[in-house]
Amino acid sequence: MSLDALAEAAGMARAAGPADAVGGCPARFVATPGRADQLSALLRQCATEGLTAVPRGDGTKIDWGQQPTTVDVIVDTARLTGVREHSSADLVVTVGAGTPLRALQATLGQSGQRIALDPGSTEATVGGILATNEAGPLSHTYGAPRDLLVGVQFVRADGTVSRSGGKVVKDVAGYDLGKLLCGSYGTLGVITEATFRLHPLPISRVFLIRSVSTPAEVDELVGEMLDSRLAPTAIEVDLPPPVERPVPRQLDGTGPSGSGTLAVLFEGSALGAQARADAAAELIGGRVCPEEQAPTWWGRYPFGPDDVGLRLSVPVADLPAVIYALGDAAGAPVPVRGAAGIGVVYAALPGDLPVVRVAGVLDAVRRVLLARSGSCEVLTAPEQLRAELDLWGPVPGLELMHRIKEQFDPQRLLSPGRFVGGI
Amino acid sequence: MVAHRLRRDLGDAAVITDPVARRTYECVGLTPYRCTPGLVVWPEDAEGVQAAVLACREAGVPFVARGSGTGPSGGALAEAKGALPGTDVGLPQADRALPEADGVVIVTGRMRRIIEVDLPNRRAVVEPGVLNLAVSDTVGPTGYFYAPDQSSQRMRSIGGNVAENSGGPHCVKYGFTTQHVSGLEVCTPDGDLVRLGVGKAVRSPGYDLTGVFIGSEGTLGIATKIVVKLLRAPESVRTILAAFDSIDRAGAAASAITTAGVQPAAAEIMDTLAIRAAEAVVDRGYPAGTRAVLIVELDGPAVEVEAETAALTALFAGALALRTADDPAGRAAIWKGHETAVGRIRRDHPVGSISGESGVGDHTSAKLPSMFSVDDLATTQDDLATMQLVRRAFDPGNRANPGKVFPTPRLCGERSPAALAPCRTGERIRGAG
Repeated sequence: MSLDALAEAAGMARAAGPADAVGGCPARFVATPGRADQLSALLRQCATEGLTAVPRGDGTKIDWGQQPTTVDVIVDTARLTGVREHSSADLVVTVGAGTPLRALQATLGQSGQRIALDPGSTEATVGGILATNEAGPLSHTYGAPRDLLVGVQFVRADGTVSRSGGKVVKDVAGYDLGKLLCGSYGTLGVITEATFRLHPLPISRVFLIRSVSTPAEVDELVGEMLDSRLAPTAIEVDLPPPVERPVPRQLDGTGPSGSGTLAVLFEGSALGAQARADAAAELIGGRVCPEEQAPTWWGRYPFGPDDVGLRLSVPVADLPAVIYALGDAAGAPVPVRGAAGIGVVYAALPGDLPVVRVAGVLDAVRRVLLARSGSCEVLTAPEQLRAELDLWGPVPGLELMHRIKEQFDPQRLLSPGRFVGGI
Repeated sequence: MVAHRLRRDLGDAAVITDPVARRTYECVGLTPYRCTPGLVVWPEDAEGVQAAVLACREAGVPFVARGSGTGPSGGALAEAKGALPGTDVGLPQADRALPEADGVVIVTGRMRRIIEVDLPNRRAVVEPGVLNLAVSDTVGPTGYFYAPDQSSQRMRSIGGNVAENSGGPHCVKYGFTTQHVSGLEVCTPDGDLVRLGVGKAVRSPGYDLTGVFIGSEGTLGIATKIVVKLLRAPESVRTILAAFDSIDRAGAAASAITTAGVQPAAAEIMDTLAIRAAEAVVDRGYPAGTRAVLIVELDGPAVEVEAETAALTALFAGALALRTADDPAGRAAIWKGHETAVGRIRRDHPVGSISGESGVGDHTSAKLPSMFSVDDLATTQDDLATMQLVRRAFDPGNRANPGKVFPTPRLCGERSPAALAPCRTGERIRGAG
């Protein structure tokens, strides 16, 4: 396909550069459609010519997932932006997929509302957050993007524009395809527009901050919070690696005394949030502080661009066992951070470990998880490691997933190879 | 032949072939019309469901799953709808002899085991025939609850919740079944028992099959085990009733709730029609001149409920009267008026909005396109074609509930789904009438 033909279809296109590579796979073109019909024309043309396409927002998570087998066209959503409709009385908003969440939150904030989403990649677009189902601390109460998405418009691999769910929340019928698209890594369609459920901005946000030293202690404190009726909005833990050389874990299950932190967020009325945080402090100790003194690590991933970034999702009571297993397998405590109250935490392994070591850690942790139900996914890893690793571990229902992919994208043109089971 | 095989696999008692008995399982789904199934089976466990589905597969006959049979739309059920599919286009009326279908109804009502209550992980694992009530009775004493179980939903089965993605009146705050199920075991239309999701954990790698299965009304398979989330019961629950002299005033007050940053657990407006319906049964004691009633339920930590009450009291300054109740009996009394109104309006005006009242697969499917996408009919056809891709992936043989076109996710309770936001319920009630 010529660049001219791409530009004609999408309304804007250019040749790709080195910075446009997806997980190390170089791209040929970058097309930036401005409307759903332009995206439709673009993908139809790609389908005719057998070209592969990978959607991209701000690119904050473009290195997540496996390296695609080929990338002919990057579909840049930078022109699919803006609030299409904000019905503040109905608590819904419809936005273009390329809209940065941060900008959207600022707009909604003027009406005293928000999307209750605070993913770790702060520059991310709505489309990218949906495609990875990326969630932060607020997911303790509000769930992941899949729980807040009311409706979605997307373009299929053959160029068909489809809609599922509501726009203004109204009678809606059919399968909830929004669920299918959330976390699908751009393998089923390119999201053009999304409608979210909104929540009122809380009047007050107060943190309870408590130092912790072991995963077992975290488990105990989290249990106390969950059993209380104080309704914390979020419970996050940060277990950084000890500054000194780690002492081997004791046989009684207590690890080295570390500088870990448990932080509990209370949102509500001015008096209520404070009172609940105070009550929580009576239960588990720690100090209560205003939002301005939120921990600096709050809502940030513990891994950097050169690390192997993991996400562990386990039944909440199994969290300590899994964190210990991770440390044991790695031969040293591993930095862990995340939503302890729902059993979703992130961990970092050094990106310069030999691939066999990383694979060994993944195997060991996944073996522990198998008996407990849970998953350990590699979100991101340096290129040379990624191709050699099983990023996802066991995937229940994989056969059905292949069948869904086969139906939606029989030519395997959308983000081929990037997702589970080579999808 | 299917009957013979299933008697062998599941035992005589689990298989119903008697023509009269089968009449009670008349349903839509096996064919586009209401009909009597050729066979009814009552498996006791997942393996029994699988045996039945495999028998259907090998015999090349369709099947429809049925839960406890109490749901007003019931996914597969026609009884509660009282209308034939396609009456709009002149199809036969209900009093004619119903055709017999060469298909099987698989009833999950005997699958009533609560397999596990795992409080440390705030989960319960149940079979589809377990009633909401049973889960709540089992975990209630521990101070936890299953959120989709709200008063009007108690006799519904968890399998029914999953099929319809039901929400209950408190979905304004707590969402729908899909927010409260972390994993499923399903029997696919091909007869495979498959786990969707990673059980008790909230995230799992791959496509969100649990999410797409919930609300699919039996068209993608039959849920055989369900992992539900258990939530800590709120410290305080308060119901507030405000009577207004005009619907506009009540509507403005309802809108102001959101603006004030209050997240109610439930919010309903009753307009004059609804009030008349409510008072037709019993004098509700609404003040003279009441033309609209706003009912708001708050729940959460006591300190927050107090703060929200103070905020609402200020917002409702223009009300003719305010009533609040904290105890279960007092709260039930306030809600009773609303339930009566909805019930009477539905009885008197049976033609409802399509997803508010019944499934898309039956008589309302003719109306689907216009509801589905108001802007552009071509888009609608594309949307429907896209939906079919999901169905073909799960059910390439088109055996699960083949007469049903598409499911209608149940939104808030029995109302139309603007319910994600408080207010607008006057419209909802009118819509349902």
